[in-house]
Amino acid sequence: MSEILLQIDGREVKAEEGMTILEAAQSAGIYIPTLCHHEKLEPYGVCRICTVEVEIRGRTNLVAACVYTVEENLVVRTRSEKVDKIRKMLLELMLAHAPDSEQLQDLAGEYGADKDHFEKEPSFCILCGLCVRYCAEVKKKNAIGFVDRGARREISFIPEIASKECNSCKECFSLCPTSYLQAAFVLTESLAFSRDSSPTALKK
Amino acid sequence: MPRINSPAELEELRKGILSKRDPNKPCITLCSGSACHASGSEEVAASIEEEIKKQGLSAEVDFRKTGCHGFCERGPIIVIHPEGICYLQIEPKDVPEIISQTIKEKKVVERLLYTDPSTNEKIVHESEIPFYKNQERLVFGSNGNIDPKSIDDYLALGGYSALVKVLSQMTSEQVLEEVKKSNLRGRGGGGFPAGRKWEECRHAPGEIKYVIVNADEGDPGAYMDRSLLEGNPHSVLEGLTIGAYAIGSHEGYIYVRQEYPLAVENVGIAIKQAEEYGFLGENILGSGFDFTVKVHRGAGAFVSGESSALMTALEGRVGEPRPKYIHTAIKGVWDRPSNLNNVETWATVPLIINKGADWFAQFGTEGSKGTKIFSLVGKVNNTGLVEVPMGITLRDIIYKIGGGIRGGKKFKAVQTGGPSGGCIPEEQLDMKVDFDELSKAGSMMGSGGMIVMDEDTCMVDIARYFLDFLSDESCGKCVPCREGIRQMLKILANISEGKGKEGDIERLEELSEVTGDASLCALGRTAPNPVLSTIRYFRDEYEAHIKEKRCPAYFCKELISYYIDPKKCQACMICLRQCPAEAIVGSKDQIHVIDQEKCTKCGTCFEVCPPRFGAVRRLSGEPVPSPVPEEARIIVRESKAK
Repeated sequence: MSEILLQIDGREVKAEEGMTILEAAQSAGIYIPTLCHHEKLEPYGVCRICTVEVEIRGRTNLVAACVYTVEENLVVRTRSEKVDKIRKMLLELMLAHAPDSEQLQDLAGEYGADKDHFEKEPSFCILCGLCVRYCAEVKKKNAIGFVDRGARREISFIPEIASKECNSCKECFSLCPTSYLQAAFVLTESLAFSRDSSPTALKK
Repeated sequence: MPRINSPAELEELRKGILSKRDPNKPCITLCSGSACHASGSEEVAASIEEEIKKQGLSAEVDFRKTGCHGFCERGPIIVIHPEGICYLQIEPKDVPEIISQTIKEKKVVERLLYTDPSTNEKIVHESEIPFYKNQERLVFGSNGNIDPKSIDDYLALGGYSALVKVLSQMTSEQVLEEVKKSNLRGRGGGGFPAGRKWEECRHAPGEIKYVIVNADEGDPGAYMDRSLLEGNPHSVLEGLTIGAYAIGSHEGYIYVRQEYPLAVENVGIAIKQAEEYGFLGENILGSGFDFTVKVHRGAGAFVSGESSALMTALEGRVGEPRPKYIHTAIKGVWDRPSNLNNVETWATVPLIINKGADWFAQFGTEGSKGTKIFSLVGKVNNTGLVEVPMGITLRDIIYKIGGGIRGGKKFKAVQTGGPSGGCIPEEQLDMKVDFDELSKAGSMMGSGGMIVMDEDTCMVDIARYFLDFLSDESCGKCVPCREGIRQMLKILANISEGKGKEGDIERLEELSEVTGDASLCALGRTAPNPVLSTIRYFRDEYEAHIKEKRCPAYFCKELISYYIDPKKCQACMICLRQCPAEAIVGSKDQIHVIDQEKCTKCGTCFEVCPPRFGAVRRLSGEPVPSPVPEEARIIVRESKAK
């Protein structure tokens, strides 16, 4: 692995080839906020809260730090007027769905996001996909997945798999930045698990 | 058919095909593209076949069902060769006359010809019809001469000669250089130089590389890729094979949407034929070069036209885009170098090889070479597919080729580039159409959709329409695209329903900025274009909706009312009878009044009121006058009074 020198917030940072900006920043103790990122999972790049400004070969771009790999002489700014503006609005957009999420509220404080900026549409889920990806990538069970697309996208447990796998696991619960995942599980459990599996499930 | 193993054998075969064809023998070509198919070309074809037999002409005339001719507005279209006599809007009942008059007697059937609306002159030949005359049909031109299911038709027109040239006379570097020199830019949306993309893929590490045809065209109203793939599939295959040779790829995919059944069918047939002749497969034309092509049918998601989403779908997963900081040319399908171009781009390649980069580069502008096929639709007289040199003005496309605005209405805007494009107003009609000029105007080339709008189109509603489309078609994966579009759509819906608030325009601009800056893929990054371009050029319309609750185009139902002027109404009963909501009260002797509670604002009364009365008025931004009292509504007719 060859070493790469880049600059993050004015500091010289050494990184290994293939590292993402987020990893390079973390290794240097520089904080970049994340929501959909998890070290055990493949970078996903969807919450965009880790958006940073990069300058390379004279051009400035806005990129997601969790998926953008480092390059020699890359200049990264983890905060700027533009970056803060983006993060503030992304938080407001997500808070319209999950106004009580602690993780979102903490970040909202940092970026001055107003949880009432957009009309509430409490679906509680911000579709970070941590549960879906953890179940697929780490547990290799695929007991939960995304359904539909666009504004109708949501997560859904697959009853046939969830009824067998989830009660003994529930490892995804703690990953969820909102309270939605557990609610979705309880709902699926009570509505859709087969008769023979749910009584045992409840006993546990 | 025996395999062809060398360029010489192909030329023998071509000679054989041509020797059996008499260029002076009458040939009836019937457009059988999707649009003409929908307007009944299948029935016309059956009656042509029957009539030829009936009149005993089977030996004297050829009949060919071809791909799309482009003038879809006037389909089904017949062109009779060698003269090029063009008949439009043909029905089966016209066929006996065409056969007996034109084929037998060599006489033209006047009533089936195109009539120039400005001069009222009948035009006999296809090439003289203004719609065709002002085009430059380099890529699309062969469509009307080829039966897409016949490889011999393609060969008769010189098909696969570019492939021969490449495999027998050029190194892969030379092919690459030629395409780079032509400055061919991708016709699918972004306009990225094809040669540079090929080069990146060629130099990317890895033994296995893929070349892909993007036939997932999904813009509302756009169908040029569809028509090319349906009408001239071999040109796409030939271009793809040449690209594969230049890049060093041996496997190709055609990603075509399942909703294009004829394209799927015709390209499938074409692949089979090309394999039989040895234009695909192992050791193509004895050159030692191997290349195979598979068809992948897409499930019709708009977002799957985005290259990384398409590649994800090719892998058998849900078609969602992934970050492309590492280009797909380096890490694409199954993380292998993959080069993707759309149908039109691939179909242009054989022309560049045959005629040279310099020939190609003489068409177009400094930064955009060659021609582009546009799908000209909307409120324009001649809708259809038009191929024009880059640099032509919008005005020429809309007025010279498109024949101007339908029904003598006033032009308002033209929307280019599909849902990611923008609306261009009248003052920019003299703009030269190319990749860069369209971007400067806040729109884009996209894949070549061109929707013409007249004075009755509400620009707020247009923005709402496209955002509604995108909200459905976004994959929903990243926050700025999914949520940004959701919120913009809400604001737009509110404005068009009369619930717009002060500051909504600024809110739209803020959301546009973040959605455009932070989204994961090009769908999200360009999604604000319909909003921003309509705000930029039609801000007054937004303001009228928000501040005065007025829709200047009288389109937004919540903001308009219909009103019968009691001074003008002659109690003719026409509107009253035709009102589908039974919202008009009155009688033969009593002027009519619209019950505003019942009115659904369909506009029927406005359309049917005889122009000599002109009693029905559209109101917006003003209250409906209260109806005149019943006793004042009696009409005393002069004839009866006497």
